[in-house]
Amino acid sequence: MSASQVDEAREAGSTAEAEPLLRVRGLSKHFPVRSGLRGRHLVRAVDGLDFDVRPGQTLGLVGESGCGKTTTGRMLVRLLEPTSGSIEFDGRDITHAGRRELRPLRQDLQIIFQDPYASLNPRHTVGRIIAMPLQVNGIKPPGGVKARVRELLETVGLNPEHYNRYPHEFSGGQRQRIGIARALALRPKLVVADEPVSALDVSIQAQVINLLRDLQRDLGLAFVFIAHDLAVVRHFCQRVAVMYLGKVVEIGDRADIYERPQHPYTRALLSAIPDVTKLGPAGRIRLAGDVPTPLDPPSGCRFRTRCWKARDICATEEPALVPRDGGRQATACHFPESGPVGAETGGPVDVTVEEVSK
Amino acid sequence: MDRPESAPSGQPGDRPSVPEQRANGDPYLRVRDLRVRFDTTDGVVRAVDGVSFAVERGRTLGIVGESGSGKSVTSLAVLGLHDARRATITGEIFLGGRQLVGLPEEEVRQLRGRDMAMIFQDPLSALHPYYTVGKQIAEAYRVHHPRAGKREARQRAVDMLGRVGIPQPARRFDQHPHEFSGGMRQRAMIAMALVNDPDLLIADEPTTALDVTVQAQILDLLADLQAEFHSAIIMITHDLGVVSQVADDVLVMYGGRAVEHGSVEQVLRRPQHPYTWGLLSSVPSLHGDADADLVPIRGNPPSLINLPSGCAFHPRCRYADRNGDRSRTEVPALSPTGEAGHLVACHLAAEERVRLYREEIAHVGVAR
Repeated sequence: MSASQVDEAREAGSTAEAEPLLRVRGLSKHFPVRSGLRGRHLVRAVDGLDFDVRPGQTLGLVGESGCGKTTTGRMLVRLLEPTSGSIEFDGRDITHAGRRELRPLRQDLQIIFQDPYASLNPRHTVGRIIAMPLQVNGIKPPGGVKARVRELLETVGLNPEHYNRYPHEFSGGQRQRIGIARALALRPKLVVADEPVSALDVSIQAQVINLLRDLQRDLGLAFVFIAHDLAVVRHFCQRVAVMYLGKVVEIGDRADIYERPQHPYTRALLSAIPDVTKLGPAGRIRLAGDVPTPLDPPSGCRFRTRCWKARDICATEEPALVPRDGGRQATACHFPESGPVGAETGGPVDVTVEEVSK
Repeated sequence: MDRPESAPSGQPGDRPSVPEQRANGDPYLRVRDLRVRFDTTDGVVRAVDGVSFAVERGRTLGIVGESGSGKSVTSLAVLGLHDARRATITGEIFLGGRQLVGLPEEEVRQLRGRDMAMIFQDPLSALHPYYTVGKQIAEAYRVHHPRAGKREARQRAVDMLGRVGIPQPARRFDQHPHEFSGGMRQRAMIAMALVNDPDLLIADEPTTALDVTVQAQILDLLADLQAEFHSAIIMITHDLGVVSQVADDVLVMYGGRAVEHGSVEQVLRRPQHPYTWGLLSSVPSLHGDADADLVPIRGNPPSLINLPSGCAFHPRCRYADRNGDRSRTEVPALSPTGEAGHLVACHLAAEERVRLYREEIAHVGVAR
């Protein structure tokens, strides 16, 4: 890719007018589950998501377990069939596209998995693993498959001479690099990365984050970066969507989300992260209890059972994700916060589980 | 064994008063030159190679390291959980004045669960799926209180479930582990660990499997319980954020050895080992320039079966060349830095370490 192309891609990512590469509207996934005598129930794992990703842009999907971020990622690459809503990629509706229709799109749309141990076939050499997407799609790169594999290995910082080795000969960080090389083999436009660094040691995490950042910059890749670690997301994503129980509760540019978050949940998440720069007990907002089960989510605002600002309206009326101050930040809350982190109204809260149970 | 038996009510307040215990000045746990060796078909694995530390009651020692650093093996050795047929353990482990290394298995079993207890990373595999949560906690109590009746043990278990913040503890007593959420399970395991008022609590990555908002609750809970029971805690973790929040002292391990040891202030604010620098500068932070590159440690953590010669960190160290061949040939001793209680195992001269940290490290990483 030439320098001008990179610049174009970068510019496209930064201008608001650029056509989104990925347009998601009302995306939902409901899983039927059998539960005892009461018969079938629906788990609303993902319930009506709206977001766009522009070419070259990085969107972070963050949230705790059960918030639906992984399910969302799998729907985006169509490993899961959406229940309702639409996914538009590069101007085409791929929500329910069949295998044949998807095949050409697979080249542009790739996924990196969390577990570098489970996602690589132990019986295949690294060369074969990385060449697989080329073979499956019948692509014969100029110079041959082997040359392309070596090139890819080099791109992700591995020794190109190692294409004949097996996955077990590599460490966790190196395996994740192999997964990244495989995702890049078809020169995709969008990569969905599902917790790509959370299984790695701290010192290796930083290596892989830097690699992904370099690739994003050099190749003008767009990313949907799924993670539970807000600090990691901050170092990688320009835009961040915070999810809770299958919904986006807040979406905005990085600076807005981390410095002026409006949703109480975003504030609680940020304040719960133990911060190396502060010694001793820290954090002012303590949420009570666990995330409720998506089998039976609370009425109205799903966060209300753990929210210190919840009032009657929160139980009866679901807040819509609305942009505020005419800006690019949208929040689904009846009583959004304003101002910098640490200036919460109604806080600080220190409700323990015991108190709630009374 | 000379510990006074708990009164029938089993209330935490029955323990001897705290100042009395601290008066003798001896730390509750003192580990000296601990070595744990496994003989495998691939060769000898020195999983822990000469580690020393001490923990007083009411204080928390954070042991930090990556996978294969020996941090978990160390804690299992303290608890006497290594299979004697496979592991060779030498050195000293003094718990309340008793040497545990070489103690008959039966006597260690008496201490385990009563004087020292452990919280594991994964409560689902540490709790038995078949028995109710309450029954397992009550049994842990009765093992060490043979004269306690069923009803008393049940009451004690319900009290503990309530104490760790589980709502409706009497109802929860009769539920099975799968009916608990992740955070509640971890609370139940903490209740089980604390049911006999142990003086030493070892927590091995207790919050790694939990969501951040739940992790915050559990860390708060451990701090509250420590203030109440005045127990010594060893917190094993890879997360420097957790360490900075809970630890009084920090031990950084690499390749089975201690590379830096000191107060949390010394190790996280004035670190002197290049590995500690590397850890600190590779952690993504919520503050500072989000666009700046992280500064990772190059290479990979070493395999214990084939540890690099000399300083085990030398192949990844940016400063290894500054001492000629010493880094490759000589294992650096853990030596005082000049600051009381701060030890570091590095061949770099003390002044050079201080200068390097100030000039090259302090402005990147978390200090950004």
